[in-house]
Amino acid sequence: MNLTLLLQLSISGFLLGGVYSLIALGLSLIFGVMRVINFAHGEMMVWGMYVAYTILVWTGVDPFFSFIVSAVILFILGYILQRTVVNRILDFPEAMQVLPLVGMAMVFENSARIIWGPDYISPQSRFALHSLSLGDIIIDTPRFLAFSLAIIITIIVLLFLKNTDMGKSIRAAADNRTGALLVGTNVNKVYAICFGIGTACVGAAGGLLVPIMPLSPHIGAPFTLISFIIVILGGMGSLAGAMVGGFIIGVAESIGPELITNLFHGIGLDLEFPHTMKQVVSFFILIVIMILRPQGLFGGKKG
Amino acid sequence: MKRLTIFLLIVFLILLVLPKFLGSYWLGIFIMIFFYAYLGQSWNILTGYTGVISLGHSLYVGIGAYMTFLLTLTLGLSPWMGMWIGGIAAGLIGLVIGFFGFRFGLKGVYFVLLTISFAEIGRLIVLHLKVFGSFQGLFITPQFSFANFQFRENTPYYYIALGYVIFSLIVVRIMERSKIGRYMVALREDEDAAESLGVNVFRYKMIAIFISAFMTSLAGAFYTNYLYYLHPGTMMSMAFSIEIILRPIIGGMGTVLGPVIGSFLITPLAELSRTYFAKAGYEGLHLVIYGFLLVAVVLFFPRGVISYIKKAIAPVLGSLK
Repeated sequence: MNLTLLLQLSISGFLLGGVYSLIALGLSLIFGVMRVINFAHGEMMVWGMYVAYTILVWTGVDPFFSFIVSAVILFILGYILQRTVVNRILDFPEAMQVLPLVGMAMVFENSARIIWGPDYISPQSRFALHSLSLGDIIIDTPRFLAFSLAIIITIIVLLFLKNTDMGKSIRAAADNRTGALLVGTNVNKVYAICFGIGTACVGAAGGLLVPIMPLSPHIGAPFTLISFIIVILGGMGSLAGAMVGGFIIGVAESIGPELITNLFHGIGLDLEFPHTMKQVVSFFILIVIMILRPQGLFGGKKG
Repeated sequence: MKRLTIFLLIVFLILLVLPKFLGSYWLGIFIMIFFYAYLGQSWNILTGYTGVISLGHSLYVGIGAYMTFLLTLTLGLSPWMGMWIGGIAAGLIGLVIGFFGFRFGLKGVYFVLLTISFAEIGRLIVLHLKVFGSFQGLFITPQFSFANFQFRENTPYYYIALGYVIFSLIVVRIMERSKIGRYMVALREDEDAAESLGVNVFRYKMIAIFISAFMTSLAGAFYTNYLYYLHPGTMMSMAFSIEIILRPIIGGMGTVLGPVIGSFLITPLAELSRTYFAKAGYEGLHLVIYGFLLVAVVLFFPRGVISYIKKAIAPVLGSLK
């Protein structure tokens, strides 16, 4: 097996993992506070991507700056969604909470398709073809930038939760809804803002992904699934878990297909495990983790 | 009760003679109504009666379709035989999923994710297999004959699809009135209480997922031989799973007639709006509407349309039970 290739793939997966972490952070935040799974997460990310893309086409501003606009717009969308739909389903049985959000996922996916068309687009942003080289290892500049910015955003969100009044209210509402109500927190507002922050995270991540991968209205669902996998791997509601899970899944998806192909060849099978099947690696990890450690790597109590 | 039976018989008789009066286009729409009513009913067995949500039922449709096709291709087996083998294969996969899910106590969202994962793994594997046409999909050259399940006209498909629906209604009705069905409803309403009264929750969930997967996959054989085109991107996708669950949810989960009513309401709308919006250049708009419908139904009529229909027809037909 080629070690340089493996290292190369690991690094590129690790960098993408930083963005995955940010996506999963949003999902985990929403789940941790409201106990609701945002099944429209990936589709909302696609909206973030299209916002950044539209800004790039109209004004030429690079997605590495305009991701902020994506985050703001997605914050507003998330806030409205929480107020109109999510807030009404909080007390539903868990299973019935899934369906309205799946419905919203369809709305986001197909409205994006109507607005921006069904085709794949790879916008040419400024750093698109740049790369840095470290010895034998080549690092994509856009990937590295996306990674750095994602980490910075993640740290800002964590600091916000830790230090500001709103952040403290969010954590209070997550810990004990009734308690927070009793001490006079406006829980509905806190929930809506928290949902907004969760979707703003995924919107920013979408903006950061524009220079890295082609966008189409239909790439959302895999990202929804990947962020679930990360959150379950890390532990539902655990923010640290979401970050570590992001890196694990990023690297696993990147080197998994290569390793499995080598394994096939090693045992004498003439089979390839193509990169387009990398999600199978994640799903496999999901199934194993759900069965062996359903509380996730960092989860305290079960489920 | 009696008046309801008579009413249903009249509906059935009307449906029997309907092809005499309908053109090919409308026959096609009725075929889709029956097709989705059948699929919804199959999903209803698992989710409606036991409360375990599956969002991966497209996997079973895929297994049924590809198994039937593959058996015809390699062994020359008629789809009429192959579909049962496909059904058993899908049922076994359902048991595997059920074993992982129920044995390890995955509930609610976790089980939903498990079903999605298996469906996606299945889709990706099929998408990369050369036997199944890989990314281009698979075109089937029809050879019209009864044994091949392939017909030139829509009329035979109409009767077959109607047969599917009647079959599923009978299965669900028998199941509902049997002990198995009652145990399923009991564990749906309160799993712990049911278990404490001695219901083997694991066993009845496994039975439900087996029957549900088995029946869903039979629809795959119909799909193959009706459309002559197989592609995992359409038939094994999550979007198709959502199509399957939409009708029973709107009609009313956990009822015998709910999926059928839901399909009669939604399928014509879906088919007409799809062609209409596609012509107007808004391809996908019908899916946006679906999405909002799904939200609205769960928010405002969580028990489905059937509960309103029940109330409305009670004075005329007696209570629907």
